[in-house]
Amino acid sequence: MVMDYRLSEEEQMMVETARTIAVKKMKPLREHYDEREEFPWEIVKEFAQADLCGAYIPEEYGGFGKGIMGLVLVVEELCKVDGAIALSLAATALGTLPILISGSEEQKKKYLPDIASGKKLAAFGLTEAGAGSDATGMDTTAVKDGDYYVLNGTKCFITNGGDAEVYTIFAKTNPGRGARGISCFIVEKGTPGFEFGKKEKKMGIRASSTRELIFTNCKVHKDQLLGKEGHGLMIAQATLDNSRPGVAAQALGIATGALDEAVEYARKRVQFGQSIASFQAIQHMLAEMATEVEAARALLYASARMIDSGIVKRTSKESAMAKLFCSEVAMKVTTNAVQIFGGYGYTREYPVEKMMRDAKITTLYEGTSQIQKNEIALNLIKESAAKSK
Amino acid sequence: MNIIVCIKQVPNTMNVQIDPETGRLKRDGVESIINPFDEYAIEAAVRVKEKIGGKVIAITMGPPQAESALREAISKGADEAVLVSDRAFGGADTLATSYALSSAIKFIGNYDIVICGRQASDGDTGQVGPGIAEMLDIPHIAYVKKIESIDDKSIKVERMMEDGYDLIESPIPVLLTVVKEINTPRVASLKGKMAAKKAVVKTLTAADIEADTKRTGLNGSPTQVMKIFVPTQRTGGEKFSGEAKEIAAALVKKLSGVGVI
Repeated sequence: MVMDYRLSEEEQMMVETARTIAVKKMKPLREHYDEREEFPWEIVKEFAQADLCGAYIPEEYGGFGKGIMGLVLVVEELCKVDGAIALSLAATALGTLPILISGSEEQKKKYLPDIASGKKLAAFGLTEAGAGSDATGMDTTAVKDGDYYVLNGTKCFITNGGDAEVYTIFAKTNPGRGARGISCFIVEKGTPGFEFGKKEKKMGIRASSTRELIFTNCKVHKDQLLGKEGHGLMIAQATLDNSRPGVAAQALGIATGALDEAVEYARKRVQFGQSIASFQAIQHMLAEMATEVEAARALLYASARMIDSGIVKRTSKESAMAKLFCSEVAMKVTTNAVQIFGGYGYTREYPVEKMMRDAKITTLYEGTSQIQKNEIALNLIKESAAKSK
Repeated sequence: MNIIVCIKQVPNTMNVQIDPETGRLKRDGVESIINPFDEYAIEAAVRVKEKIGGKVIAITMGPPQAESALREAISKGADEAVLVSDRAFGGADTLATSYALSSAIKFIGNYDIVICGRQASDGDTGQVGPGIAEMLDIPHIAYVKKIESIDDKSIKVERMMEDGYDLIESPIPVLLTVVKEINTPRVASLKGKMAAKKAVVKTLTAADIEADTKRTGLNGSPTQVMKIFVPTQRTGGEKFSGEAKEIAAALVKKLSGVGVI
């Protein structure tokens, strides 16, 4: 039984559509894409055709207009089957959020409809070799030259890198001003001076491309600046507040998929003349897994609803909580799923080893679990200080 | 280009149960779906529309609840839906069904192509499509596996045969029945589902389409179902094992024992 989270009819519609695509289109190909580390264009077309790419994009720009909750529901449902293929859509959301958050009307009209229809994918370019959690350590610069900015530098670990058409890139426009010296630009694939570097070979999410973005005297028109000069880091932080539930949804989907596999296997696997599901040792593991998955879901949906309600300006703490909890649960649940499968779980004959590999990234990207804890603690202290004023 | 797709709502089961008392299909508790072959017909129609423009009208004959199949067709790209429904259509065989549907299609008028699935998964006759074409007095091509080309005057298709395919050209209007090789039906899109929710399904009665009720439903059905039964399941048989000589001897003994030889 599924708990009742009061999903609207349209939300249920999104879940059903995502489930149909996941089961009919993704499941038969998940091993293929994992083994070959190919970008899943065939499935991306299915997402596009079913209108899933625009789940969170407002209707006025051609989307389905269902906010972060819409994104969460779609990503969760897809990731129950495969946490890597769905990333083409989820990472596009990450790359698109800066435009949604701080884009001008012209920028939104120019970029959002093609992203909503699935015609174009997007990517988010913040990380550099020397600037991970500490974005202010970035070396990429954007120097104003007439109507243009000239970008130089290299971004790394960029999800959808090379496959996306639209990139939201962070660069220093005023290196002397630290956190206030960073700006955000929309850069299109094919812009002269914008090239792709090496593709990472990864432990998991292998159907997702992760590449370097290399900017060499890349001229970007000033109309491509998002928000104001120097507002880049604020845009990045606001983006992460909105996107971390997406990672949490990926984690939750993977965890749910692993739990379902583990319960089914435990029922069927016979040892000592009986189903291993009859052993209390296994039962208690499954019970804990199921309870944690449901708790993760409740926290995530509550955070997503809070973001969409727009009642509070910043939801850094709640987004971080959802991401921290869901990703840690995903790691624990997938590890235990492999444990319940025993030696078979370690082989590629069964999907749980892949789920465990895919789950790991959710505790790392868009801020490690430790960074989420920093974020949560910082906001707790701020809130308390504000109250005692 | 106006394309009419004929669909049928069928029970979602490969294992049809029959009520021995009434001789009818047991539909209780069995979910209803669009006949799987008709899914290919809908997809083929929507692809033609997407390629050269026009409108797709889904049509079904059935009880009021068949409306859900029509809404599903809209979610998969059909623009309009027509439910041909009347007590007078009840108990129709393939001839009476072809008559009712062809009368409804004439009433709708202004069509270029009619597309049907090759057969329904419950009745399995494959007769209604060609039947409609005869009554509309238009050509039909059955078992179409590919639409090669189409314009406002003619269509060129591949008809699947046991040993390959025939390349056939036909003037328009034409009726096609399609096989599953023709395409992979799409998953209903979110916008399609929203459209399906809002769509107004038009209902046509026997009087609306000026159908002669002597030719509809049970009245118009020369096919009489005398008896219907579920074939008894074959049992596993008996296996002999051992050396060839021993098996042969055991077999002969067994067969002569039951009086076969």
